[in-house]
Amino acid sequence: MLKDLFNNKKKYASIPTEGSKVDIPQGLMKKCDNCSKIIYRKELSTNLNVCPNCGHHHQLNAWERIDSLFDKGTFKEWDSNLITSNPLDFPDYDEKMQKDREKTGLNEGVVTGKGLIDGQETAFAVMDSRYRMGSMGSVMGEKIARAIENARKESIPFIIFTASGGARMQEGVLSLMQMSKTSVAIKRFSDAGGLMISVMTHPTTGGVSASFASLGDYNFAEPGALIGFAGRRIIEQTTREKLPDDFQTAEFLLKHGQLDKVIHRHDLNNILGMLLKMHQKGARPE
Amino acid sequence: MKQILEFEKPIVNLKEKIAELKKFTGESEIDLSEEIATLEKRLEDLEENIYGNLKPWQRVQMARHQERPTTLDYIGELFTDFLEFHGDRNFGDDEAIVSGVAYYKDIPVTVIGHQRGKNTKENIRRNFGMPHPEGYRKALRHMKQADKFNRPIICFIDTKGADPGKESEERGQSEAIARNLMEMAGLKVPVVCIVIGEGGSGGALALGVGDRIFMLENSTYSVISPEGAAALLWKDSGLAQRAAESMRITAPDLFELGIVDEIIPEPKGGAHRDIKQQATNIDAVLEKSLKELNIFSVEELLEKRWEKYKQIGEYKEI
Repeated sequence: MLKDLFNNKKKYASIPTEGSKVDIPQGLMKKCDNCSKIIYRKELSTNLNVCPNCGHHHQLNAWERIDSLFDKGTFKEWDSNLITSNPLDFPDYDEKMQKDREKTGLNEGVVTGKGLIDGQETAFAVMDSRYRMGSMGSVMGEKIARAIENARKESIPFIIFTASGGARMQEGVLSLMQMSKTSVAIKRFSDAGGLMISVMTHPTTGGVSASFASLGDYNFAEPGALIGFAGRRIIEQTTREKLPDDFQTAEFLLKHGQLDKVIHRHDLNNILGMLLKMHQKGARPE
Repeated sequence: MKQILEFEKPIVNLKEKIAELKKFTGESEIDLSEEIATLEKRLEDLEENIYGNLKPWQRVQMARHQERPTTLDYIGELFTDFLEFHGDRNFGDDEAIVSGVAYYKDIPVTVIGHQRGKNTKENIRRNFGMPHPEGYRKALRHMKQADKFNRPIICFIDTKGADPGKESEERGQSEAIARNLMEMAGLKVPVVCIVIGEGGSGGALALGVGDRIFMLENSTYSVISPEGAAALLWKDSGLAQRAAESMRITAPDLFELGIVDEIIPEPKGGAHRDIKQQATNIDAVLEKSLKELNIFSVEELLEKRWEKYKQIGEYKEI
């Protein structure tokens, strides 16, 4: 057709030759998700999963995150014994949970507790997207609400690292209600003068971004993290709008005034430590 | 043109038959009143059978019915001297949410609700009842005002969900919803939320944190639309009917799950069959709940609100 003349799109697919495929030994090396450079896993891990070549932030799991932030040996976990009861008897849900428990060694997609960051005690929650995409159901809501309540009772700050695809379908409206449950807990904590810091990591979307992730006194994000309410595909389908390449990235949100700061993973520990210190007492003499 | 749902067709057909016979009796010498009486009895049974045993998917269709009454319909029936006020003082006015002050009986209240359109033109103006961030921020502005002047707040929930669009993301749809959840938790006045149609996800919840949550009998409240859930879980939005059943999104489901305080009954065949009757049913529940809530001190109110939300969710300990 005539319009094909103006269309430069290739009509064939290119298949890489055998020689161009790099054989990567399982476990020893990793190809950067962004720049495709082959990196030693060990090198990547000592660099907190940030690509030494391009600076891309690969995900950290919950315990890697805790190790990277807390003073050695100070972290004490809360409520690790809570697991889902499949409240809606949703088909296949129990099997999926069992699989994720085995895969991650976690009982749910969030680890909560308290510990010392640069010597300062803080309550903490970190989500782990390896577990059901970090989706939020009853257990996650309960653990986070309890952690916030503990922080209120102990008068210590609360820091949350989010990584979630949103609410968990298999618990239906109970998942949705965890958004309000955690938000009510945050309101109580905030009214009592508590400091809350939210750090959004890749990805933070849906019901999690539309509740506690956005409710910190400070809202931060890691570089390149995907953050948003509605999924990109849904927006494209419903509005037929062309979306910019950086749409819903941390940098996009910063540009539109939705974040306080985008913080490189290597600076997080330092900045959190500084911020905690600044909130220990006000400027006026007591 | 009245919208007739698939499962209502046997009722409609029977009604037509009865009307035909009546017409025939009137015009001819033959007396068919006995047959008519039999059919009318059968109609009654049929209606009882169909409307009394609605399946989840049928309730979804009811909740989405073209003629289902909207927030403004109920405002007209339940309140007097309603004055609508506009704008979030920041970006614009979002007509997917209506908000203002009115009298309920003799007390001043703030009324807020999602607003769908009744036709295509109005739906475009109101974005099909899917609010933008400025809609939620307008609602919050009015809630804070109610808080200042000690007016109870009544929220009507009726939305497929928050607007999924580029500009809504740019202006902080997530933050707007999250902020409402948090601030509603701290309102020092009674907040009563009534789901009148579809309660779609975070977009519904952002008007839904209150001391009492009611649902009309054929309304739904869900984390995602049945179509969306089916697409996500089984990669097939055609399985929406199955998703509607698995996800437990109807008023009786939510009552059983301990999220909804009471189900408000609907007239036979749905709220759109008799708006006045529906408003009367809402009125009864609203009056009772405001009376109950008005006796609490601010501290009691906030504590009870926390208790209410704290217990939502099911899990086990190992």
